[in-house]
Amino acid sequence: MNESTKYHALDASKCIGCTHCMKSCPTEAIRVVNGLAVIDHERCVYCGQCHRACPTHAFYVEQDDLDLIRSFKYRVILFPAIMIGQFPERYTEDQIYNGLKKVGFTHVYEVEQPQQVLIDSINEVINDQETPKPAISIYCPAIVRLIQGRYPSLTENMILRKAPHNLAAHFAIERLMKEGAQREEIGLFYATPCIAKIAAVKSPVGESESVVDGIVNMNQLYNEVMKVISDVEVEDNSEQRKNLSSEGIVWSLTRGESCHFGSRSIAIDGIHNAVRFLERLENDQVHGIDFIEMRACDQSCAGGILLTGNRFMTVERLERRAKRYPAAKDISQETIRANRIELKEKLILEPIQPKPHFIFGKDRMKAVEKIDRAQRIVCFLPGIDCGACGSPNCHALAEDMVNNKAKMSDCIFLQQMWVDEGKIKAKKAFLNVQKKWGTDRFKADCNKRGRRNEGF
Amino acid sequence: MKLTFTIQGGDFTHAGHPSSEVKKILKQLAIDGKTIKNIVIALYEAEVNVVAHAWKGTVNVEIDENKITIWVIDEGPGIPDVELAMQPGFSTASSKVREMGFGAGMGLPNIKKNTDKLQIETEVGKGTKVKMVNYFS
Ligand SMILES: Nc1ncnc2c1ncn2[C@@H]1O[C@H](COP(=O)(O)OP(=O)(O)OP(=O)(O)O)[C@@H](O)[C@H]1O
Ligand code: SF4
Ligand SMILES: [Mg+2]
Repeated sequence: MNESTKYHALDASKCIGCTHCMKSCPTEAIRVVNGLAVIDHERCVYCGQCHRACPTHAFYVEQDDLDLIRSFKYRVILFPAIMIGQFPERYTEDQIYNGLKKVGFTHVYEVEQPQQVLIDSINEVINDQETPKPAISIYCPAIVRLIQGRYPSLTENMILRKAPHNLAAHFAIERLMKEGAQREEIGLFYATPCIAKIAAVKSPVGESESVVDGIVNMNQLYNEVMKVISDVEVEDNSEQRKNLSSEGIVWSLTRGESCHFGSRSIAIDGIHNAVRFLERLENDQVHGIDFIEMRACDQSCAGGILLTGNRFMTVERLERRAKRYPAAKDISQETIRANRIELKEKLILEPIQPKPHFIFGKDRMKAVEKIDRAQRIVCFLPGIDCGACGSPNCHALAEDMVNNKAKMSDCIFLQQMWVDEGKIKAKKAFLNVQKKWGTDRFKADCNKRGRRNEGF
Repeated sequence: MKLTFTIQGGDFTHAGHPSSEVKKILKQLAIDGKTIKNIVIALYEAEVNVVAHAWKGTVNVEIDENKITIWVIDEGPGIPDVELAMQPGFSTASSKVREMGFGAGMGLPNIKKNTDKLQIETEVGKGTKVKMVNYFS
């Protein structure tokens, strides 16, 4: 995998090799090597759990320079409605819009505007007898990657319809070109709530190329807007959200999608909940459900890692905001109707390919042997999943060993036993641990930061 | 490669652990999704039968290059008439089991449908031994 497809990385000067990220990762994609966390980008699904777990904020998100926008004549910021939800109540919607313009954008669009078109299109897929049930939403890109990698057989259940931001990008271009802009004069920027969306926008799955010219970290954008936002109250009358509906505003919240589809639907938020449910689904233990909405973050996008506001308050503000807006079906969408056929095609995604990431080599005979060996190694490990070996649990260590990524002596329990049995010297055992965790780990330091007291 | 699991009769909450573990290994072996699904469905049904109808049991799994063989062995009441039990819709499940969404009488027919070889040995009052074989394509 090349450099440009890593959408998040680790600041080695901040990482203290504490194992929190490693233990929170739903795909066991992190190991601690020489006292630092290392991400396996093939396995990573960009759910952001490691960012949340990190006590030193050592993970950072790759992002485009905001100055990039200056090179375009028309500078469009596309953002999910969730963006508005995180601002303090005292700012009206147009105050926030004006703030975005002061930051340098010429056009401001919330992406969930042509929502009825999307609802109709998704319903078409669900009502099709051929669609495997339950049909699974592709809205959250972290879930898409999780399914591709860990539940490859479920890729065929995914609904091949684009997410709102793609649709909004097409609309924005269309509108500006109607106003006389040339395509190359338009710069489209998407403000993302998470790394998963950055990855989805920059290297989309099921699409040939990205529709936007750059991404903006929502966290950074929030801070930029807060620097310039005016305290003078203005009335909410911007033309730029005339197609925004109440359904669109809550689309990215939990049950925002599932309430529209199928006679029986389920909504799941939180990546670990999703893992447990997908496990059941794959075992064919879920019956009679038509549609599943699944989001990696708790409280869905309100809990995105690049959001500033408290997720519960963001949900509350958006739910209240939604009440002030018309229903999607009541919004006159002549322009949308006129372009219906063309639009229909634009909405369709290419089939999503499975990308299983846990295969033990191509030779099945050898793979059977390896797994067998890993099973036997597990018998000798203590089974407390302490992580002191640098792998997330005893089982993962055993698998790392048979894949030549770890040694028996990485387990501090086995080592201790061998010292006791006189098989290795105490000094050698100490050096092994020091090598794994670095010399600093053994120095007295009252500022050492574990996760003590967090959450109290 | 061999694996062993135990099953506790009456414990519906934890049914499904052996099938999940087996599934994980089959995925690591890059077995195709369709075959994995067949195996997992058959094993899960056999597990649930022990939970629903017997007292306790063990699952023994053997995986080699070309096939998987699974024995689900229980101590339980046994099946008096296997042919009858194999009929779709036949069930002696208690009302309690039915309330939990089981007892449609589809388990054994489903196992039959999803395995390449199925063999049932049973003794009334003692227990049942279900042997299932699936070949990898
Ligand atoms: N391991 C077993 N021990 C004793 N009886 C069994 C066992 N497995 C199946 N049976 C008998 O065979 C019948 C049919 O089994 P089958 O699995 O087809 O249906 P079920 O378990 O009743 O319902 P379902 O599997 O659809 O939830 C059961 O009702 C039970 O009487
Ligand atoms: S739930 Fe929303 S914010 Fe979280 S990863 Fe998915 S798309 Fe991103
Ligand atoms: Mg049964």
